[in-house]
Amino acid sequence: MSATFDTIANIIAETCDIPRDSITQDSHAINDLGIDSLDFLDIAFAIDKAFGIKLPLEQWTQEVNDGKATTDQYFVLKNLSARIDELVAAKGA
Amino acid sequence: MRLEYFQLIDRIVDINLADRTISSEATVPTTSTIFEGHFPGFPLMPGVLLIESMAQTSGWLVVALNDYKRMPFLAAVREAKLRTFVIPGQKLSITARLVHEGSGYAMTEAKITCADKSICDAAITFRVLDFPNSDMREHMRDTAARIGFNVEAPTNG
Repeated sequence: MSATFDTIANIIAETCDIPRDSITQDSHAINDLGIDSLDFLDIAFAIDKAFGIKLPLEQWTQEVNDGKATTDQYFVLKNLSARIDELVAAKGA
Repeated sequence: MRLEYFQLIDRIVDINLADRTISSEATVPTTSTIFEGHFPGFPLMPGVLLIESMAQTSGWLVVALNDYKRMPFLAAVREAKLRTFVIPGQKLSITARLVHEGSGYAMTEAKITCADKSICDAAITFRVLDFPNSDMREHMRDTAARIGFNVEAPTNG
């Protein structure tokens, strides 16, 4: 289990009052955990702060709306963790 | 303030994009139909309008930070504290600071003081979107001119 996943799972648990042990790498933030777009802003804020990045939420939303990506690619937590790792790596490059 | 028109800021006093701060001022009108109901014989500035004043002040900061190309929409108010009554005729100083600028959203902390006395404060979240249409953008420009918000060269920072 990655440190990135642990961090975002803890953020989600604290921000949305969701039991930590119900959050898994395969959880879909929207479909499984019931997080709505407004609550996700709080999560994004905490993630941005924790990792020193800026989650490209608008770009992701546009890609989903345009049919170029699925919500699974960004909101299943193992995939979200991978996206965050990519952003952190790009920042340090 | 023109409460019935939801114009809750009289003037932008200062805006600093480097520090991501803004200050404005507003005088509570001495008469308003709102005071007839809130409350009869005991007129008070409604707390929700104080919060709106902080949101509008924060909003102009977000507009400036987005080069007047996008506008903020109030999404959430957290930790709002209304510390004392505000009565007709009082002059309010409103300040806001950008806490975070995310992708499609912004968060500020704002407060109101009156004669250096703390009135209220809150943490505010906005969605930041394109102007919905050109009429809206022009309306915002007109409002900006009215309150002394120089949209072409708005900053000290």
